[in-house]
Amino acid sequence: MTKNKRLDLSYTQMKWETVFRRILVIMSVLLLLLVVGILITLIVQSMPSIKSLGIGFLWGKIWDPVSNIYGAYPFLIGTLLTSFTALLISVPFSYAISIYLGEYNPKGWLSNLLKNSIELIAAVPSIIYGFWGLFVLVPVIRTFEAKIHIAPYGVGIFTSSLVLAVMIIPYAASLGITLIRMVPSPLKEGAYALGATRFEVIRSVIMPYTRSGLFAGVLLSLGRALGETMAVTMLIGNTSTIANSFKEIFFGPGNTMASVIANEFTEADHTVYLSALIELGLVLFFVTVIINLIGKRIITKFTNH
Amino acid sequence: MDARIGIRNTKSILFKGLIVFLAFVITLPLIVVLLYIIKQGIFQVNWHFLTHVPAPVGETGGGISNALVGSLIIVLMSSVVAIPVGILSGIYLSENPHTKLAYYSGLCVDILQGVPSIVVGIVVYFWIVKPLGTFSAISGSIALAIMMLPIVIRSTEQTLRLLPPSLKEAALSLGVPYHRVILKVIVPCGFAGILSGIMLSIARIIGETAPLLFTAFGNPYLTTAITKPMETLPHLIYTYATSPYDDWHNLAWGASFILLMFVLILNIFTKLITRKWNIQL
Amino acid sequence: MEHTVVSANKFNAWFGDNHVVKDVSIGIEKNQVIAVMGPSGCGKTTFLRCINRMHELIPGATAKGSLKLYDDEVYTMNPIYVRYKIGMVFQRPNPFPNLSIYDNVIAGYKLNGLKVAKAEQDRIVEKSLTSAALWNEVKDSLHKKGTFLSGGQQQRLCIARAIAMEPEVILFDEPTSALDPISTSSVEQLFHELKENYTLIIVTHNMQQAARVSDKTAFFYMGELVEFDVTKKMFTAPSDVRTQNYITGRFS
Repeated sequence: MTKNKRLDLSYTQMKWETVFRRILVIMSVLLLLLVVGILITLIVQSMPSIKSLGIGFLWGKIWDPVSNIYGAYPFLIGTLLTSFTALLISVPFSYAISIYLGEYNPKGWLSNLLKNSIELIAAVPSIIYGFWGLFVLVPVIRTFEAKIHIAPYGVGIFTSSLVLAVMIIPYAASLGITLIRMVPSPLKEGAYALGATRFEVIRSVIMPYTRSGLFAGVLLSLGRALGETMAVTMLIGNTSTIANSFKEIFFGPGNTMASVIANEFTEADHTVYLSALIELGLVLFFVTVIINLIGKRIITKFTNH
Repeated sequence: MDARIGIRNTKSILFKGLIVFLAFVITLPLIVVLLYIIKQGIFQVNWHFLTHVPAPVGETGGGISNALVGSLIIVLMSSVVAIPVGILSGIYLSENPHTKLAYYSGLCVDILQGVPSIVVGIVVYFWIVKPLGTFSAISGSIALAIMMLPIVIRSTEQTLRLLPPSLKEAALSLGVPYHRVILKVIVPCGFAGILSGIMLSIARIIGETAPLLFTAFGNPYLTTAITKPMETLPHLIYTYATSPYDDWHNLAWGASFILLMFVLILNIFTKLITRKWNIQL
Repeated sequence: MEHTVVSANKFNAWFGDNHVVKDVSIGIEKNQVIAVMGPSGCGKTTFLRCINRMHELIPGATAKGSLKLYDDEVYTMNPIYVRYKIGMVFQRPNPFPNLSIYDNVIAGYKLNGLKVAKAEQDRIVEKSLTSAALWNEVKDSLHKKGTFLSGGQQQRLCIARAIAMEPEVILFDEPTSALDPISTSSVEQLFHELKENYTLIIVTHNMQQAARVSDKTAFFYMGELVEFDVTKKMFTAPSDVRTQNYITGRFS
């Protein structure tokens, strides 16, 4: 009796097995379709803009939807300037955290506390950084700008960069910590045995060994910075005209690709205007995806060593 | 000779001092932001605040019930979509690491992880908002589900990969069919890791604003209609923080405090789970 | 030969292009303990894993030839049903870490969705644990996790788990190589008792173990079955020079 029951069961089970395997495959295909769909949607919706504005769109200096003139240059500059300033500020900190938690103090409660705090920085929603920046940081910057005799906007590219710098630190730092902990101890011991100081070991053993991985971490941070929307939108001042001197651009209000999309997407009232915004999104998509993929590639290479 | 060693040691000590200083000083902004939000927000929060919709300009009182309910509904709907799809894709990736499909799907996960959230908003606008002709909670949920997916997939994949293959063999040798091996043995054994990935992804999307700007949009009234615009906590903060009224700012501070608490609690829970089960994410 | 349980006729197995089991023919009789030995990489484990069709689960693994359980070709049977009939115990004890001792024993039923009444479950658990000589040690802690047991106890739990399915044959893949000497002897003692009801096929790299526990021994070398004979004869008067070399330690 049980024999037949078991034999019957084994055949139904086989059927379910096939069904289940097929579901798994379908889910993974779904992922492919999702990403391809995102790409196609962006390209199709950008077509009106690409057709009527051409490649010159990217370096057109004027963005004036009322007069139907669309140039992305102000946003490219805004995006690059905020991201790279933020990166420049954040790198010393993320390297310091990586070295401290990776080499000087990899264990214990203090180490854990610091590591959790760094992870918490990434967990706080960007809208909260934006809100805080608007009410606390902006007045401070305004006073500072008045002191050094530039127009005291408070908001602007510089302010955004400061907040952005803090927000992107965890991405490079947590990777850096892991990588520095992976440095084989025989390498370090070899250098110590030759009489090297801690600093010398870090400089001439740990740093060269982890260089490519740490660089990948910086790329991940950069990817975050380029795409970050809300905090920047709240702090950058949302001006699409571009000033003449670097100082005015740097301290004055501006716009990034992400922030102009956030601000104007729902107001865009005709095809080319909307399409131009989507084309910005397409550019942003390509740039961040490529940067991220390069970063990921380097990490895989590094960890497979 | 001695002098040179002295200089080298001093250098080493100075370097350590610099590293320690930089590593710790960066927690200051975090502490300042957290304390400020708590200080501004904690006194806004009371029963009335949690159970009423925002008051119109000029009236005092009002709360954020519309955003609380909205965030809850939208996050719930996102989870319903993203968790099963994410876990199943994660299973596929961990079970078939060398197939072509796994390679390209893995690539897609990496791409999704890097897509700026605002771009997801644009795409979902064209997929759902435009065809439906209205902003809606559904479209917001889809946008957030897309943001959740890569986190759920990667945490599932990594957790399952760490399980010893002997576990699977044990089950298979008892004649257990593949789907039951995965669903009744492998997934339960990796449950803690998968769960912490899910919590992490929820903590991430609950504060996302950008993808909601053109999807769920926002709504000053309490609604549970998922085909209509719906308010969420981060979107409410954005609208009210950038308004010119002090009352509205206070509302936004209160909402920020609540949002921050959600995120903190989710993160602490995740930490506890990962520590208890010793999982690396 | 009327009691032959498992028989192979010109059976072959591959990993990709790597031919690991070559033209093996063997007949294994009921209620005997068979030891399968040979140097590592000789195909003994692969052959064992073919018997309950675990071999094919590895990507690129293929098999050809005749392999029978009684009169049925194993490779045309439903693999799930094959594994109900042929149990397996592995090198390292692998109880399910999320299940209690009780649930581990009954796992074959629960995980397969075979419905069994509670009283019947209790009976199966007690009987299987008793057969695995573990009942007295764990009867008061049946609902504790199986992973709290010692290595030898865990391995006996895995044996109980296999017995619970009432198989015809139980395959052992180096079942004591991860155990200490005391646990090893507890598992070895079990083999003598188990063969009253089951046929045991044990892969081992330990010649002394093969000599101690088995009725017949099969010697594999470079994928071929070199010799299959009564254990005593094998260890005293092997007919093939390769067997002799191996037994006298001239290979490694």
